[in-house]
Amino acid sequence: MLLRLAPVLTLALILAPVGAGLLGTLLPAFGILPALGRSEPSLDPWRALIATPGLSTSLWLTIGTGLGATAISFMLAVAFCASAADSRAMRRMERALPALLATPHVAVAIGLGFLIAPSGFVVRLLSPELTGWERPPDIATVKDPYGLSFMAGLVLKETPYLILMIASAGSQVPVRALLAASRAMGHAAPVAWLKVVLPQIYGQIRLPVYAVLAFSLSVVEVALILAPGTPPPLSVLAARWFAGYELDLYFPAAAAALLQVGVVLAGIGLWRGLEVGAAHLGSRIIERGGRGWRSAGIVQGAGLLAVLAGALAAAALLTLVLWAFTQEWRFPDAFPSAWSLAATGRLASAADTTGATVAIAALSALIAVALALGCLENEQRHGVRPGSRALWLLAVPLLLPQIAFVFGTQVVLVRIGLDGTLAAVVWAHLVFVLPYVFLSLADPYRALDPRFARIAAGLGAAPMRIFLAVKVPLLLKPILVAFAVGFAVSISLYLPTLFAGAGRISTLTTEAVTLASGADRRLVGATALAQTVLPLAVYALALLLPSWFRRMRGGMR
Amino acid sequence: MKAMGAVLRDGMRLAAAAALWLVAIGPVEAAEQRPWAEILVKARGQTVYWNAWGGDTRNNAYIAWVGEEVRRRYGVTLNHVKLNDTAEAVTRVVAEKAAGRGEGGSVDLIWINGANLTAMRTQSLLHGPFTQALPNFALVDTAGKPSTVVDFTRPVEGLASPWLMAQIVYVYDSARSKPADLPRSVPAMLDWAKRNPGRLTHPTASNFLGATFLKQALYELAPDPALLQQPASDAAFEAATRPLWTWYDAIRPHLWRQGREFPESGPALNQLLSDGEIDLAVSFNPAEAVLGIGSGQLPASARVISLEKGTIGNTSFVAIPYNAAHKEGAMVVANFLLEPEAQARAQDPEVIGLLSVLDTGKLDTAAKRLFETPTRNPAMPAPEELGQPLPEPHPTWMTRITAEWQKRTAR
Amino acid sequence: MTGTLHLQGVSIRLGERVIVPHLDRVIPPGEVLSVMGPSGSGKSTLLAFVAGFLDPAFRAEGAVLVGDEDLTGRPPERRRLGLLFQDDLLFPHLSVAGNLAFGLRPEVKGAARRETIELALAEAGLAGFGSRDPATLSGGQKARVALLRTLLAEPRALLLDEPFGKLDRDLRQEIRRFVFDHAAARRLPTLLVTHDPEDAADAGGAVITLGP
Repeated sequence: MLLRLAPVLTLALILAPVGAGLLGTLLPAFGILPALGRSEPSLDPWRALIATPGLSTSLWLTIGTGLGATAISFMLAVAFCASAADSRAMRRMERALPALLATPHVAVAIGLGFLIAPSGFVVRLLSPELTGWERPPDIATVKDPYGLSFMAGLVLKETPYLILMIASAGSQVPVRALLAASRAMGHAAPVAWLKVVLPQIYGQIRLPVYAVLAFSLSVVEVALILAPGTPPPLSVLAARWFAGYELDLYFPAAAAALLQVGVVLAGIGLWRGLEVGAAHLGSRIIERGGRGWRSAGIVQGAGLLAVLAGALAAAALLTLVLWAFTQEWRFPDAFPSAWSLAATGRLASAADTTGATVAIAALSALIAVALALGCLENEQRHGVRPGSRALWLLAVPLLLPQIAFVFGTQVVLVRIGLDGTLAAVVWAHLVFVLPYVFLSLADPYRALDPRFARIAAGLGAAPMRIFLAVKVPLLLKPILVAFAVGFAVSISLYLPTLFAGAGRISTLTTEAVTLASGADRRLVGATALAQTVLPLAVYALALLLPSWFRRMRGGMR
Repeated sequence: MKAMGAVLRDGMRLAAAAALWLVAIGPVEAAEQRPWAEILVKARGQTVYWNAWGGDTRNNAYIAWVGEEVRRRYGVTLNHVKLNDTAEAVTRVVAEKAAGRGEGGSVDLIWINGANLTAMRTQSLLHGPFTQALPNFALVDTAGKPSTVVDFTRPVEGLASPWLMAQIVYVYDSARSKPADLPRSVPAMLDWAKRNPGRLTHPTASNFLGATFLKQALYELAPDPALLQQPASDAAFEAATRPLWTWYDAIRPHLWRQGREFPESGPALNQLLSDGEIDLAVSFNPAEAVLGIGSGQLPASARVISLEKGTIGNTSFVAIPYNAAHKEGAMVVANFLLEPEAQARAQDPEVIGLLSVLDTGKLDTAAKRLFETPTRNPAMPAPEELGQPLPEPHPTWMTRITAEWQKRTAR
Repeated sequence: MTGTLHLQGVSIRLGERVIVPHLDRVIPPGEVLSVMGPSGSGKSTLLAFVAGFLDPAFRAEGAVLVGDEDLTGRPPERRRLGLLFQDDLLFPHLSVAGNLAFGLRPEVKGAARRETIELALAEAGLAGFGSRDPATLSGGQKARVALLRTLLAEPRALLLDEPFGKLDRDLRQEIRRFVFDHAAARRLPTLLVTHDPEDAADAGGAVITLGP
């Protein structure tokens, strides 16, 4: 009975705060906020927004960087998968990728900044011997006016994510046989992959691609670290106003947040249009029957760029490690002149922040795993499979800009007396953790051989016993991995923590973003490093625990 | 999944109900009249959420020390809510007011001044007047340091308790720059920037330190600085700031990144100085160099200069929101911040280095001794170098300067 | 102790399509009814109906009885029908003994429980295999453990879904004998679904053929 409630409860937990939050943004966007004595609808918020100096620059910056980062990430991921399909490199990547995925955006962005800034690691390595620079050059390599470094920061994180999504979609298609058949007909392998595999799996990676697009168009925390500030991207503008000292700014802030929703929807619409166009063009190219020998090189070149992006991300993380253990590192020294554990020590003394981070991540991941298991078990027991529409509903939080509903959600949380509590933050995190956990768990859960459950039932086991004694142990690894995914998602969340936590609860991520605005690089490095290490450790445990259990039993032989 | 629609509908219903509850409850300012002993009793066992900018590790350490002391002395637990921007706390109180939470609010104490303080007062979001109830308030030098009771030209009227005083200085690296070569007036900065392109910048004007940089320039360039004590009307603003914008348009192409990008905050500015990207960094803390050296963020050769005609100074306050859940505990913390021991410690350049608001003449001998520093740190400017601080302009000037700057720098 | 397995007026359809036409059969204790037919003929659907796993997409009529007991409305775990599939489906997270204990009545406790399992293993020529990981067993050993597991749950009938399909020729002969001998010894009525005529011949009972 309780089980039947799982899907309803799950969707309610996710959609209620989003719906209420959207409303809390929609009303002020049209001038209604009774607390400030405004109850008459008006278009003044939009007039104020339009009159904002630099708005068009903000808007174009947002659209350009968001679409650009998504397009580049997508092309690199596709090129990599096309070049490496069915190779040993690919399988090895598939195992290494989750590590990069578990790394929060904020940490990668901070690391990239430390790496490529005019006074960054790269310039330090080359100066003054190769460059002649005794002092950092006055070149905008970070927060550049075109948002190139911002885009790079996004590409570093989104490319591996898309590669993993493509790889897991590809596992449901006989890639090897398809490629062998195409090659036998004289097609170059990478181009054959584009022609025969990609069209088959694109439907499955559409949701992740849209999620990447929505995220890139609306992210605040990465923009705060890498995007230009005068003027900033639209989402940062709205976030600044929401947190601004002028109360009147709530109205244009709400309008900007709503405009942000429009930008994301338009972006997805545009992408959809490109999909249709590409499908038409693609089928014409395929029908023309070219063997793709010349284009193969281009695809492989782009695939190499994806590898380069991975290397850059690794270098960014390495730079974090260097700063975290630095005592003194003056420009243009290539490496720190004195090392110290002081920054990491200071971090350890901020144990409450780390403790809150872990507690929130563990709780939200645990609840999400429990709810996802409940939904999936309900679906197997009662033979009801959610339609694709329900799946898209689940993905709503991933496709809507966070800035569009976090303020409204905060008002609701205050209303029910939950703001600033651990429960509120866990709930706000669940909104984003649940979809990822569900998507991660659904495939392995549904793929489990149903005959195990039948055999167990034939042996007299009731459904609950089958669930606990057969399914959960058999699915231990995917369950733990789903937990780790949820844990990592929670660790990375910035705006939901900021608003639901009402500032009383800070996590390593909110701390890292706050510090990144200019505090001591050593402390920033240590915080970002801790933020990276936590989800990685949980991920490693998720992968190691099941084989450890197996080895324990192996001892019984 | 037919329940899906119902779920969505219910969610919306919840939101609609919440929206209906968005009722303004106008708080009334009420003077604090309880005797201190009663406040002390009520405060014991309370947890005070002090919303204070958390971007500076030294300040954070000092606040942590305050927490230990008030726990030991008064049984008050202090929780430092680290803010990116003080406005976040103002926002929170507004959100609570929007939700109709007239008591049991989540913010107990805010480190505040200037525009944020004005915003909270305009919206009637503050508890008090309460400073007359604090025993230590009698020690404040309200006559000699008028900014302890007048915030940006506006009398504070007991709604906020003074904490520390700040004054503008400029930090440089004596290993790279000779003090004699550095500009000692705002017009001189322009010539210096032309000779040293890319070596000067200021935080973005939406940051208070960035606005401060421009305000200082305005003070020196305005035809009649006395006008700045009045609210900025359109005409007055236009006339008073014309020389400022002429100067700024001239200097901007010679700033760091050709004046197209600006650091976000003071610490970010210091980082640029430390890396050698810039040569001069504005600060509101006379002890900036001492503190930066101590934490390893600035080189040991960091020093500060002031300007020939003096620089603007102001006072930081703590205020209590009208709906604070733990007003008594908050008042106990505010009072402790005025304790000579707490003030002397904060003034120590090794700790924060901001100037005390107390009148040492009112202190007993033992308390006075706390303020006597043994030897002067070479990175700390002598009081005579700083001079009497110039008063802050009316807050409308800062708001307008920020808006005008944003208009001018928006591409 | 055991009764007949009675398929009473069973018919199964999917939409308009008739999968299993009207079937009325009684399988006496210790005997085997073989259901033959090519893949897709509906023989596994029939077995799923008897075991209680029929997908709700199908519409079934008729009843399944063991002795006088009507099982039709009961959930699978309350039917006490032993199942064997083409794959051994031993629970990989449990040892051999753990697999066997899974279906053993909880009333059998402690030393008696261990003894029952040891005894069953010894009879099957698998003495001392209790602590082994199922993954380390040979194909024939796995098949025997799978049957033992089913039998220890004390089923009232056996349902076999192509149980020998994946075994190679020599092994198939041996396992087939092992299964049928045990079924006969315990006088279990057995429903065998197969597409291999040899299975049906070896079972020795009645044969019906489904499908187009």
